[in-house]
Amino acid sequence: MFVPRHGGIISAMSFKVLMAAAITALAGMVFVVSAGAGPLPDRLSDTGLFVEGSTSEVRAGVLSFTPQYPLWSDGAIKRRWIYLPPGTFIDASRPSAWEFPRGTRLWKEFRLERRVETRFIERLADGSWRYATYIWSEDGQDAVLASGEGIASLTLNGTEPRQYSIPSELDCRACHEGPAVPVLGFSALQLSSDRDPLAVHAESLRADDVDLRKLIERGLVRNLPTSLIKTPPRISAASPTERAALGYLHGNCGQCHTNSSDASVPVDLQLAQDVTDPASTEKVLQSLRSSSSQFRLPGTTAAVPLVSPGASHNSALLIRMRSRDASVQMPPLGTAIPDSEGLALIARWIDQDKNPSTSRE
Amino acid sequence: MKSVAASFLMIVPAYVLMLGVATADDQVSRGKYLVTIAACNDCHTPLKLGPKGPEPDMSLMLSGHPESLQMPTAPSLPPGPWTSSFAATNTAWAGPWGVSFTANLTPDPETGLGRWTLRNFKDTIRSGRHLGRGRPILPPMPIPMYKQMTDADLEAVFAYLQTIPAISNRVPQPLPPPATGTAAATEH
Repeated sequence: MFVPRHGGIISAMSFKVLMAAAITALAGMVFVVSAGAGPLPDRLSDTGLFVEGSTSEVRAGVLSFTPQYPLWSDGAIKRRWIYLPPGTFIDASRPSAWEFPRGTRLWKEFRLERRVETRFIERLADGSWRYATYIWSEDGQDAVLASGEGIASLTLNGTEPRQYSIPSELDCRACHEGPAVPVLGFSALQLSSDRDPLAVHAESLRADDVDLRKLIERGLVRNLPTSLIKTPPRISAASPTERAALGYLHGNCGQCHTNSSDASVPVDLQLAQDVTDPASTEKVLQSLRSSSSQFRLPGTTAAVPLVSPGASHNSALLIRMRSRDASVQMPPLGTAIPDSEGLALIARWIDQDKNPSTSRE
Repeated sequence: MKSVAASFLMIVPAYVLMLGVATADDQVSRGKYLVTIAACNDCHTPLKLGPKGPEPDMSLMLSGHPESLQMPTAPSLPPGPWTSSFAATNTAWAGPWGVSFTANLTPDPETGLGRWTLRNFKDTIRSGRHLGRGRPILPPMPIPMYKQMTDADLEAVFAYLQTIPAISNRVPQPLPPPATGTAAATEH
């Protein structure tokens, strides 16, 4: 018999049951703790990007990559890295929605006159993703974790002083959690070895960059359909300009305009390419033709069509890309300066390639 | 003994079902209470002139700025600490941010929240962006205060809003401030 301090009597059997329950509960707590995430490191140098004691030398096992259709970020020069835990790989069974292993980490560095911020996303043990950004000190010694609220206007000194916006965690989620997988810019199309020579703001591959072919060779991307291994993904288009234009829209707009059934995007517009669908380009073009736009110019009542073939000045697509009024601009966040090269490309595509008098459609 | 067990097995699911209904009713009631004390009607239900002055037109409850009410150019304000002006309906506001129009919160699928999910609603309030991903929600919507609501409160508010009568009313999107000279948009 076991006699507790408070005088109650519990049989030996009951005591064993209670102990077993307690052990089970404790084991459960340990599991919860181990499965949960610790707090984000205060410094970028503690996130696993750099070798110990350095804030410039990237750690072995952290892979550099460069998407072919980069997102416009107000002229910032960007570098990107990914880390996959040892022995893991990306399951590409769904070629447009890669499954990343738990423990995956990605970093994106933004540089203007100096390094300004490095954004960080990580897949946790429970399968969820977390987002953070680290702000570099002016002397470039290290970057510290920014508040989840972000910073609306950070003053950057230098030869060209400017204001810079650090995204909040909700801003991160707004863009990254639109598509099926929150990793943007690291996909079969973006890493294809068949790179678009006319892609706007295209960066040359660095010697240590991985692309789709290297990832497959190293077993880090598996289960990609054989057809995409034999023939690297490429946007089907009627002309080189159209290929670049659709690539630009994919890289800059496709994270939200994924398909017409997303309730959180009020315009039924599909600009994301699906590398497994031979009709992907036609679906994008059809979407641009048929989606109803309610966009109106000031003082007018007629809606401006998304694309007016041959008339970019009367195309809501271009007007909204050019605007930086908060209630009009596209994309709605992440940029305060219109992309003149991107605008020129889209205007050329609408005015020339889509011109009814010259179009091959 | 068997009959007691059978009765028990019949009663328990019925009780659980009733509990579920009661819980849903409680949530809607809680949502109605929150919508009332958070003064959502003050701006999202157009005011009309009653015998004692302006009063909410409850036939248009929470349907936002009436699309039939085309607003003229906002008045220019004299120098001084005046920053904004608003329509007699209390549904259109002009200020340094441009002109904002209060949204249709009824469950109309085409012009209101009928197609919104709970997540759309929570993301909007939490982020201060339309649908959590689009343009900023403009003054006078007190996002900084409402974003402090608990998940349970936001869920109750959304549950209630989905039960009110649907009203088809396409609210115009905001107009930019004159200084920007850029395009205005309306879209849903």
